[in-house]
Amino acid sequence: MNIAKKILLTLALMASGGAVVAAEQYIPAIDYRVGPYAAGGSGFFGGAIDYMTLVNINGGINGVKLIWEECETEYNASRGVECYERLKSKNGGASMVEPLSTGIAYGILDRVAQDKIPMTTLGYGRSDAADGRVFPYVFPLITSYWNQAAGMIKYLGDKEGGLDKLKGKKIAFLYHDSAFGKEPFPVLEAYAKQVGFELLKLAVPHPGNEQQSQWLQIRQAKPDYVILWGWGVMNPTALKTAQRNGYPREKILGVWWSGSEEDVVPAGDAAKGYTSMTFNTPGNYPLLDELKKKVYAAGKGNLEDKSRIGSTYHMRGVTAGILWVEAIRKAQEKFGKGKVMTGEQVRWGFENLNVDEAKLKALGALGMLPPVKTTCLDHEGSGAVKVQRWDGAAWKSITPNWVVGDRAMIRKMMEESAGKYAVEKKITPRDCSKEG
Amino acid sequence: MQFFLEVLLGGLLSGIMYSLVALGFVLIYKASGVFNFAQGAMVFFAALTAVGLHDMGLSLWLAVPLTMAIMIVLAVAIEKIVLRPLVNQAEITLFMVTIGLTFFIEGLAQAIWGASVRKLELGIEDVPLEFLLDNAGIAISQFDLVAAGIAFVLVAALAIFFSKTKVGRALRAVADDHQAALSIGIPLQQIWVIVWGVAGFVALVAGLLWGARNGVQFALTFVALKALPVLILGGFTSVPGAIVGGLIIGASEKLAEVFLGPYVGGGIEGWFPYVLALLFLLVRPEGLFGEKIIRRI
Repeated sequence: MNIAKKILLTLALMASGGAVVAAEQYIPAIDYRVGPYAAGGSGFFGGAIDYMTLVNINGGINGVKLIWEECETEYNASRGVECYERLKSKNGGASMVEPLSTGIAYGILDRVAQDKIPMTTLGYGRSDAADGRVFPYVFPLITSYWNQAAGMIKYLGDKEGGLDKLKGKKIAFLYHDSAFGKEPFPVLEAYAKQVGFELLKLAVPHPGNEQQSQWLQIRQAKPDYVILWGWGVMNPTALKTAQRNGYPREKILGVWWSGSEEDVVPAGDAAKGYTSMTFNTPGNYPLLDELKKKVYAAGKGNLEDKSRIGSTYHMRGVTAGILWVEAIRKAQEKFGKGKVMTGEQVRWGFENLNVDEAKLKALGALGMLPPVKTTCLDHEGSGAVKVQRWDGAAWKSITPNWVVGDRAMIRKMMEESAGKYAVEKKITPRDCSKEG
Repeated sequence: MQFFLEVLLGGLLSGIMYSLVALGFVLIYKASGVFNFAQGAMVFFAALTAVGLHDMGLSLWLAVPLTMAIMIVLAVAIEKIVLRPLVNQAEITLFMVTIGLTFFIEGLAQAIWGASVRKLELGIEDVPLEFLLDNAGIAISQFDLVAAGIAFVLVAALAIFFSKTKVGRALRAVADDHQAALSIGIPLQQIWVIVWGVAGFVALVAGLLWGARNGVQFALTFVALKALPVLILGGFTSVPGAIVGGLIIGASEKLAEVFLGPYVGGGIEGWFPYVLALLFLLVRPEGLFGEKIIRRI
C-alpha cells in the first residue's frame, strides 16, 4: 500500500468510524399514552423519561448516555408483546424492559429470560417473582402485592393498637375481578386465619363503573374497614358510591394503584379523608426541583400537562428511573465504567442494587422511596410501604416511618409459590451461594 | 325486606343510567337501521369536550351548548364523509363503518383534550337523601333521582318527536326503506344529520351524568356495554323500551349480584344481564317493545 493510499484510508476512517462516538445505553419504553389507562401510563413513563433526560443532561452514567424508543401498547397484552419483539433488538439490544402492565409482563415473562433482558415490574405482577432463584430476569422492585397486603394489615392493626386487636373485626376486600385483584387473596386469607378477623371478599366486574350492589352489601355487613384493590375508573366510582351509601371514606384503605390524583380528583369531596398505600412518598424533593429547573425549564420535559409534574404517577416513574439508572451504574462498577452494558450485565446490576439512604440523599430523593437492596434471593429489595391520605387537594403521608408487614411469612409464601412454578416449568432454581 | 327493597331501588336507578346510553343506540337504529357501535365513543367525546371547554374557563352554561354545536358538526361530518357514499349498502357495511368511527372518535377526543382524567361538577349532590335514610333506613342518592327525572323527560320528548312531528315520521320512513323514502321526496341526508345530531345530544346528556358520577375519562366508552342487554330486552326500535329494558336489567343485575353472587364467587353483574338478554332473545327476538318483523314469502 503506497503512502497516498494510506493517507486516504486514514482520512476516510477519521471521517466515519474514526470519529469519537458517544456510548449509548438503550432502554425500550413499552408504554401507553392513549386508551383507558393512559393517565397512569403517561404519568409513569413521563416521569421515567424525565429522569433519564436529567441523567443525560448531567453527563450520563459515567459518560454513557441513555436512549429510549417508545412503543404504544394501549395497555393491551398482545400489542405489548409485539412492541417488545419489535424493540428488543434495536440500537444494539435492549438493556432492560418495564411494561407497567401485569398482562404484558406475563406475556413476556419467558421471553425476557430467553433473551437475557431483565424486566422490572415495579409494584405489580407476580409477587413470587421476588424469588430470584426461579425468576432470574424478573424484578418486582421495592414492594410486591403480597408485601403490600401484609403492610396494609400491619397498618390497620397499628391503628387498632396492635395486630391482635383486629381479632373479631370485619374487613371487606373490594377487588377488581381479575388476576390483579385476586393476587393478595393468599396473604389476606393467611392473616385472617392467623389474627382472627373476618374477611369479606367482594368482586367488582371490569371496568368497575357501577358498584351499587357491592356497596349495598358493604352497607349491610358494616365492616370495620374496606380495602380497595382497584384500577382506573373503579377507584373514583368506589369512593363516590361509598359516599352515596354513607360509608366513611376514612375507613377505606386503597392499594397503590388506587392512590393517585387521577383516582381521587374525579370523586371530588367524596375522596376527602380516604387513605391509600404508596411506595413513593408524596412531597417536594430536591430532585423534583432539579427536574423542573434543568429538564422542564429547558423545554425537555415529557409531560404535556405541567400540572402533573410531581404527581403520584410522575414521581413513581421518577422512582423507577432512579432504580434503572442505579442498576446500570452498579453493572458498570463490575463490568467496566463508561461502557455500554448488555442485558445480562444490567441484570447483574439489578440483582446487586444497593440504593441506601446516603445514595438517596445524594440524588435529592431521601424519603421519596424506601432504601432498596436486592440479592440473588430477593429481587424485591425492600417490602416497605407508606400510607397517604387525600386531604381534598393533595396526598399527605400519614405514616412517618416505612410500614413493613410480616416479611418472614410472605417470604415463605413466595418461596412455596415460586417452587411450584419451577416444577411446572421444569426450571432448576439457581444456587445463590454460587452467584458472584 | 328493607334490604331487598334497597337493592331493588338501587338497581332501578342504575338501570335508568343505562337507559340514557341505550337511547342513543335506539335513535339511530330506529331512524336509519344502523346499529351505531360508536355511541359509547360519542358519550366519551361529548363529555370530554364539555368538561374540556369548561376547564378552559367557560361556564357550564356556555360549554354545554357549545358542545352540542360541536356534536352537530360531527353529525354533519359523519353524514357527508361516511354515510352519504354508503346509501343503500347492506346494514352490515354500515355497522362496520361505525366500528371504524368508534376508534376514530376515541382517538380524536384524546388528541384534542388529552388523556387526563377530569372532574365534572354539575351541582347535584351525590349523597343519600336524609329523609329516606332517617325514616326508612334506605340510602337513595339524590343524584340518581335527578338522573331518573332527566331520563324520563328525554324519553317523553323523544316519543313525542317520533310520533307527532313531521320530521319524526320521516325518520321512521327512512328507517323502513332508504330508497322508498327518497322516492317520495324525503331528504335522506338531512334526516341522517338530524338523527345523528339528536343522538349526539343524548350522548352529551348521558356523558355529563356518567361523567359527574365517575369522572370524565376513557372508561365512559364502556358504558355502552351496559346498554347492549338493555337494547336486546327493550327492543332496538323502541324509545320507551330502552327505559323499561334499563329498569329490568338494572334491577335484575343488582338482585342477582347481591342474592345469587355470594354462592358463585361474586362479580356476576358483568355477565348476568347478557345471559338474561340471551334467554329473552329465545322467547322474543324483537325485544319487549321492538317491531315484530313479518316477511311474506
